[in-house]
Amino acid sequence: MTTRIRVALSAALVAALAWLPPPSAHSAEIVVSAASSLADALEALRPAFFARHPQDAVVFNLAASDVLLAQIDRGAPVDVFASADEATMDRADRAHRLAPGTRRIVATNRLVIVVPKGAAAVGSVDALLDATVRRVAVGSPATVPAGRYARGVLEASGAWQALQPKLVLAQNVRQVLDYVARGEVDAGFVYATDAALMPDRVVVTADAPGVVPIRYSIAVVADSRHKALAAAFVDLVDGPEGRAALGRLGFGRP
Amino acid sequence: MGDALVPLLLTLKVASVATVLALCAGVVAGLALARLRFPGRDVLDALLLLPMVLPPTVLGYYLLVLLGSRGTLGAWLDRTLGLRLVFTWQGAAIAAAVVAFPLVFKAARTAFESIDADLEKAARSLGYPEWAVLLRVTLPLAWRGIAAGAMLAFARAMGEFGATLMIAGNIPGRTQTISIAIYEAVHAGRDDLANLLVLLASVVCIALLVAAAAIVRRGHLAVVPV
Repeated sequence: MTTRIRVALSAALVAALAWLPPPSAHSAEIVVSAASSLADALEALRPAFFARHPQDAVVFNLAASDVLLAQIDRGAPVDVFASADEATMDRADRAHRLAPGTRRIVATNRLVIVVPKGAAAVGSVDALLDATVRRVAVGSPATVPAGRYARGVLEASGAWQALQPKLVLAQNVRQVLDYVARGEVDAGFVYATDAALMPDRVVVTADAPGVVPIRYSIAVVADSRHKALAAAFVDLVDGPEGRAALGRLGFGRP
Repeated sequence: MGDALVPLLLTLKVASVATVLALCAGVVAGLALARLRFPGRDVLDALLLLPMVLPPTVLGYYLLVLLGSRGTLGAWLDRTLGLRLVFTWQGAAIAAAVVAFPLVFKAARTAFESIDADLEKAARSLGYPEWAVLLRVTLPLAWRGIAAGAMLAFARAMGEFGATLMIAGNIPGRTQTISIAIYEAVHAGRDDLANLLVLLASVVCIALLVAAAAIVRRGHLAVVPV
């Protein structure tokens, strides 16, 4: 190619690029780190968010609450944090990870014992000690709020130590649900809202009420680069649409 | 320190059993594919190397479907032998053996193929039966390559994470291998424990690689099969 043609092509390319529409001044993307059990409720709110902010996008990052806080501590670019227990939210607060004044309690939940469909029912926490129950799945108490709630229930009835050899620890509450649904364990501790998602594969056989109320809280992250949009998302979850979506899935009102 | 020793000892146990399993299968397969000629040999070779390139979670999923309590093989094992592999260290060893197998197989096959066939022919012409040729000539000549492959296999088995997590889960003291323990420590914010575990794992792996290289060097093999 001669130099002249090359120069002409480059000029044409630059001119073409200049014609491309500039990125919209309003388009932003927020990252919402939320406890695994909130997955379906938040996904249900996506259309409402899009209706209010058609130029913007929201990305959900789902895992156990402690894992999410560890990510935020290490500088992950998160805008909103929703936790399944107050203790983790308090830790976030003490570490100054939350934007002041943005923390809200948005839902409550119940802990239940589930068994695989077709397996023998486990009628109470004490029934877990039976020899017929070989494996029980709980979230890992070190990183999963559902695991800590389960440990609380088991410690209150004095069964925690006795159950140690049978316990299978999961990375988050949805993994507990998966273990039960697959029949790899004989029973598991999940939230009532999670159990309701798989009625054809797991059966709720007992309530597991504990001393600590299960409360979900949400807040804007202090280092968020889109605080206004993040606050708008928190308002959405805390508002009538959020309550309706959470209520439809079985969450309780705070 | 105890928190770090338990996963390390468990990992060494799982990796040892996995390496032995991989050695048995890998040497047999390596010998078969080095010596026998049959249609589809290259396809079989590629299939046997597959665990080395498949994502570990894909392997883990296949193993779960096969060996899970409601899986094809797993249900039979549970019914007839009362054996459940999911959430046990034996399941972890099987997962690690599957990922380590290609390393031993490849090393063994290369080692067997690099033996001068004349030496074996000479042994036969001197009256050795086949099994004696194998034990007295073939294996002694091939052992360095196989040993180097076994050490790589051990290191790989030690580091196995994805498939192990899916099959064996994360149960401290029973299936929480060192890789999983590091993952958990980081997520629980226990950086001190994570640092110690990472240091231990690195030291062991470096020692294995140095030893493997030393074995190969002494045998004057040109290439470490990887």
